[in-house]
Order: sequence, then structure tokens, then C-alpha cells
Amino acid sequence: MKTLRDAKVGETVKVVKLHGEGAVKRRIMDMGLTRGVEVYVRKLAPLGDPVEVKVRNYELSIRKADAEMIEVE
Amino acid sequence: MDKQLRIALAGNPNSGKTTLFNKLTGSNQFVGNWPGVTVEKKEGKLIVDREVVLTDLPGIYSLSPYTLEEVVARNYLIEEKPDAILNIVDATNLERNLYLTTQLTELGIPVVIALNMMDLVKKSGDVINVKELSRQLGCPIVEISALKGEGVKEAAQAAIAAAKSGKTLPQHSFSGPVEHALAHIEEVTVHHLPEERQRWYALKLFERDEKVLEQLSIPSNVRAHIEQDIAAAEKELDDDAESIITNERYIYIGNMLKGIYKKKGKGQLSASDKIDRIVTNRILALPIFALVMFLVYALSMGKPIGDGGISIGTFLTDWANDVLGGAWLTDGSRAILEGWNVAPWLVGLISDGILAGVGAVLGFVPQMLVLFLMLCLLEDCGYMARIAFIMDRIFRRFGLSGKSFIPMLVGTGCGIPGVMASRTIENERDRRMTIMTTTFMPCGAKMPIIGLIAGALFGGSTWIATSAYFIGVAAIVISGIMLKKTKMFAGDPAPFVMELPAYHLPAWGNILRGTWERGWSFIKRAGTVIVIASIVIWFLTSFGSVNGKFGMVDDLYEDDTVATEAYIALVADRMDIPEDEVEPMDDSLLARIAQPASVVFKPLGFGDWKPTAATVTGLVAKEEVVANFGIMYAYDDNDGEEELEENGDQIWDRVAEDFDAFSGGHGKLAAFAFMIFNLLCAPCFAAIGAIKREMNSRKWTWFAIAYQCGFAWVIAFIVWQLGRAFAGGMNVVGLVLALVMLALLLWQLFKPYKEAQKLTVK
Repeated sequence: MKTLRDAKVGETVKVVKLHGEGAVKRRIMDMGLTRGVEVYVRKLAPLGDPVEVKVRNYELSIRKADAEMIEVE
Repeated sequence: MDKQLRIALAGNPNSGKTTLFNKLTGSNQFVGNWPGVTVEKKEGKLIVDREVVLTDLPGIYSLSPYTLEEVVARNYLIEEKPDAILNIVDATNLERNLYLTTQLTELGIPVVIALNMMDLVKKSGDVINVKELSRQLGCPIVEISALKGEGVKEAAQAAIAAAKSGKTLPQHSFSGPVEHALAHIEEVTVHHLPEERQRWYALKLFERDEKVLEQLSIPSNVRAHIEQDIAAAEKELDDDAESIITNERYIYIGNMLKGIYKKKGKGQLSASDKIDRIVTNRILALPIFALVMFLVYALSMGKPIGDGGISIGTFLTDWANDVLGGAWLTDGSRAILEGWNVAPWLVGLISDGILAGVGAVLGFVPQMLVLFLMLCLLEDCGYMARIAFIMDRIFRRFGLSGKSFIPMLVGTGCGIPGVMASRTIENERDRRMTIMTTTFMPCGAKMPIIGLIAGALFGGSTWIATSAYFIGVAAIVISGIMLKKTKMFAGDPAPFVMELPAYHLPAWGNILRGTWERGWSFIKRAGTVIVIASIVIWFLTSFGSVNGKFGMVDDLYEDDTVATEAYIALVADRMDIPEDEVEPMDDSLLARIAQPASVVFKPLGFGDWKPTAATVTGLVAKEEVVANFGIMYAYDDNDGEEELEENGDQIWDRVAEDFDAFSGGHGKLAAFAFMIFNLLCAPCFAAIGAIKREMNSRKWTWFAIAYQCGFAWVIAFIVWQLGRAFAGGMNVVGLVLALVMLALLLWQLFKPYKEAQKLTVK
């Protein structure tokens, strides 16, 4: 299973499924990271975490630990 | 008479909501807090109609039950039922903004959309069919530019018209299985509620929203019944209920926009993207961050202009302290009052107690205004979010936010603006943690204490000052890790899924207003605390009983019939000092209280009344600690010598001798423990006032102060007891206790801990 955490900088991936539950999952979805949406991985923070992605035409910062909940292809 | 109309302003963060609110209400605003939480609440009256009240809801992305801001907004919309919602939507970010709109339109309250930043969309060549969008959403849309003030009036008028008509909206629909379940839920649970609200409640029940389940107190058999409906839909759509709804909202928006939003420019880098390529670049990000932080610090709290620095804040604050506070307020008022033949005690109360205290507060204002101006600027232009992005990795380990860096940095200058700078942190848990730990950083006023201890007992060694910063940072790190595992902080996860808003030029109106709001709230709230506290401390140091007579000790000592030679010999004996060193202050209430109270500090090695009294007066201002040492160690500045140096170097010998005497020869260790306690314990009253203001809760304020004092005591205890054992003055009971405390500390530091997934907001 490939997750958003594994996606490389510069890659565009498509969300397949969200794992996990509760507040963090809801928050991720509220921000527009839902099934079928395209996500462009823009960059890593200077210290290696979090990652910056572009989704639904805006920039979003997400921790690697949370990105692991997002299955992509 | 018509009833007063109330309109709520709702929208995403960074959608221009604050700008719009300011344009709609002008200067007619009230700033406060939502009850019981640290979220700011703003209300104002509309310029176009002064009878209409506009409430600015917190910036939110959704109406989920998981973040404090969302719950606050939700509760307001459901319980207070405003007459209309003015929903500001960022046209450059339509999909995510409309996601909130789909939820607002379900509440049974008329919604008007203010479509912001249309000028930017048009400039990029994209086209939005606003008419069609309005038709599909079922609510009026007004195109505005909040920044330029275009269309703002029209938006206000549309909202008023909608509020008066009270017309509710047609609903968008979900997929078959969901609608089926919703119909069932409506039928069995909420049919007694007003029709226009039924759908919202049904949806929340479908999502298993715990807050709504609690509120409606649905009997368990009915709950089990609707649970079947939900489970059926979940099975059919192969997802959990909450995700189904979220997904379908975005799908609905996506389909709607297909015919409405025509994108022209594709794949082009915007100006904001270009800036971000440099600013959060892997190599350049940290140097740029350091430079920005240096500038913020140097301009607000650093060396003043005219003294080799660039700080306009310090320059003005020095002036305010020396001239305004010192000369005009204290000395000036004294001269005037004495000219009026006011009783001496009253002159003392007004000049030395109240006005000196107020002056000390006002002195900070320039530094704070300069600092807040820069923080507002960083926030408004979009860099603040990048700070969190850059620093997150380090700070989240300690239960803090990446943005906690700024309060801590500012705290090395002064803890008050440090505490207030925590307001930029969105997450309430991170914010509270930051407020509690920021004042551990050694602020400017604690420097003389360090100077005194280093000079008197350590031969001016520079590593004492270095260790003070190390202790401050370590205290923050240790406290962060320990506290995040406690009950008070556990249970709330910190989802760090954060928007990085596009950079834009600052809106000066917003920045100046934000700067003034923060400055004013400090003057108001912290001011009251400080005035009362100053009066209390002034009373304690000025009054006392001399030879059975109660009054101002200075006056009583001038009376030979009261302060007789025999009596002074008694005092000298009680205080264990030579007779010619007896001071009026030795009979003050403070000295009387400090003597028995010094028992508290016995286990820390400095259980003598002098350091005890100095520690207590340190609550007024930490500079007072050294000043009081000066008084207590009988430094007389009236006999032609120079004034006492800031670090008290004239009394170093006496201090060193005394610390050696009452600590049984371990003067250095006792002095070090004294320094640690004073660095870490509760800050001055002004900073406590700021803590109270930012916590917006008595309970949390007391918890913060109690924690700081307790932590300071425990660390000083461990240092003194262990140090003494190594130095050959072991106290078995003390050593065992110190080891137990150390073990407990380490256990709390290293015990396993799992971040909670559910947020609990009352």
C-alpha cells in the first residue's frame, strides 16, 4: 500500500482511501483531501517534516505521521 | 419597534474575513472572548445600519465537533440563531470555501455569500459564472473586494434583506442510501423540532456527532434503531458515515463547479509560489527564519536607538520608564501632593504604590506596540504559517506549536509580550502550554538577579548567565513533555493539517487595528492586576509595628520614644545583625511575614528572611529583587556613594558572607538554588496579568502559577540537596526526598504516551 508519506517531492498522486478515524481523519477530509482528489507533493520542510502539498488549488501542510493515513496511487 | 437584527459573519481563515468585518463595522467594535475559552469574540454594528449587530465568528473550515473554533461557531449558530449568515468566500479557493457553505446552508438560517477576491480571479483570466452559482446554491451572491472596500455595502444590504425575509434555502441532496437514512432519522428523532432545522440535526445524527447526540438525549432504543439505518448506508457505500458525508459534499461542489468555473491559466507559478520557493527553501529557510526573528527582536526589545541598536521599542520604553514613569508620575505626583499638604502615607500610597506600579506597566507599552505591529505584519502577509511549517518538527515533541518559538524568543526580552504573542497559535492546547512555559525564559528583568548571584558568589563567572538560559530552555522542554501527558492536557490531539495561505501585501488598516487591540487589552487587564498588587506590596513594605506601635515604619523609626535604643538592640538581636545596620524595613510587615515564611525555602538552602522577602517583592517586578537586597543589606545611597549598581556590586561581599552563613558554608550552592527558584517561579504581577488575560480562565491562571512555583521549588530542592550531598553536607532525609522527586520527574518524562485521537471540547 502506498501512502502520501511515500510520495516523492514533485509527484502528483491520487487519493484512494483514508485510514484511521476521529478528529484527525475528519480534519484531513475537511481540508479537501478526499477520495479521488489529486495531490501534488510540493516540498518537505527544511527539517524533513511536515510536507507541503497542493490540493484543490491551495497549499496545505501535513505531518508525515498524518500523511501515512492517506492511501494514494 | 422592530427587534434588533443579528447577522453572523462566517468564513474560512485567510478569506479576508477580518478585513471585511472591519470594513462593515468601522470603529464600532467590541472585542472580548467567547465564554470560557481563549477564542476571541468580536461584535460590531453595521455602518449601513447601526441597528444591526454583526458577530464575527472564528475562522473555520467546517462545522465538525472537533476543533474549539468550530464548536464555538456551531453553538452560536444553533443556540443564538442569528437572523442571517454572511458567508465570505474566497473566489481564488472556491472548492474548499464552498465546503463550509454547504454546511451553513443546512442550518435553516438565510445565507448571503460575499464572494471575495473576484478581482484576482478575473486578473488570472479565470471565469466564474456567478449568476449560475447563486442559482444552484440558492442564495444571493455579492461580488466584493474586502481590501478595496468594493461591494461591501451591497453585501451588508443583501444580508439585511435576507435577515428580514427570513427565507430558508433549498437543500442540496446526498446520494440515495444517505437520503434514505436521513429520512428515517428525521422521522424518528427530530420531527418535533422546527422544520428548517430538522435536516441539520438528522445529518449530525447520521455522522454520529457526539455533541448533538448528547444535546438531543435520544433514548437508547431509538439510537439503536437509527444506528441500523446508518450501518446500512455505510455498508452500501463502503465507508464510515462521517467520511461519506464529507466526500459527497466535495463531489457535489466539484460537479456544480464544472459548468461554472472556467480555468484559463494552467500550471503557472503565481507570485506567492515564487516567494515560497525561496522562503521555505530547504537550504535558505532556516537562515531567513533566523534573520526575520533577529529583526523582530532587535526592533522591539533589542538595544535602543542611540545605543548601538535599532530598537525603537526599547528607546521609547526607556524614555517612558525614566522620564514618564520615574520623573513625572512618581516624583512629579509626589511634589504636587506634598504641595497640597496631603498626609505622607497617602502620598506614599499614590506616588510609590499606585503610580509607580502604573508607570511600570505603561513603560512596557511602546515595546509591546512595536512587537505586536511586527507580529500582525508577519501574520497578515502569510509568513506566520510558514514559521509553524519550518519549526513544527522541533516543537511538537514538547507539546508546543512551531509558532511557540516567537513567544519564547520575545520572552527573553520580557515575559508579558511573550505571553501575549502566544495568541497567534491556533490550537488551544498548544497555546495554553506556551503561555505556561514562556516565562521560564530569563527575561531582561531577571538579568540583575543573575548578575548579583554570579558576581557575589561566583566571581563574575559568565557560565552562570549561560546556565540561566540553559535552565530556561530545559524547563520549557521538560515541562512540555511532562505536561502533555497530564490529565489537563491529555485527550486533545493536535491535528496539524494547516493551510499555507498565499502571501499577500499587508492590509495596514488590519495591522494597526490588531496592534492597538492587543496593546489596549494589556493596558486594561494587566493594569488592574498590577495596581492592586502594587498597593499590597507597598503596604507590606511600608507598614509594620515598631515597639508595639503600628504605622509607617519610616515615621516610627524617626521617633526616638518609639524606636528606643533598647528596642533597636532587640531588633538587631532578632535579625542577627549589628545594631547600626537595623533598618526601618526590618520591622515592616513584609519582614515579619518573610521570617516565618522563609521556612518554605529552608529545604532549598536559602531559608533566611532576606532572600525570602526579596523573592516576594520580585512578584512586583523582578528588578525589585536586587533593589531589595540593596535595602536589606543596608546599602545606603545617601552618604555620597554612587547609587546601587543594577547588579548590586557594592553589596556582593555582604551577600556572599550572609549566604555562606545561613547555608552552613554552602553559599554558592544556596545562591544557585536561589537563582533557579527566582528564574522559574511565578513571573511578576504584570506577566501574571497577561497570563490571566490570555488564559481567559481563573482555573488555568492559578494552575499555571501553581505549576511554575511548584516546578521551581522542586528543581531548586533537587539541586540544593544533591549538590550538598556531593559537597559533603549530606542531609539523609533531604537527599532521599530529592532522589524520589528526581525519579518521579524522570518517570513522567519517559513514561510511554499515546497521542489521543479524539478531541474533547466542553
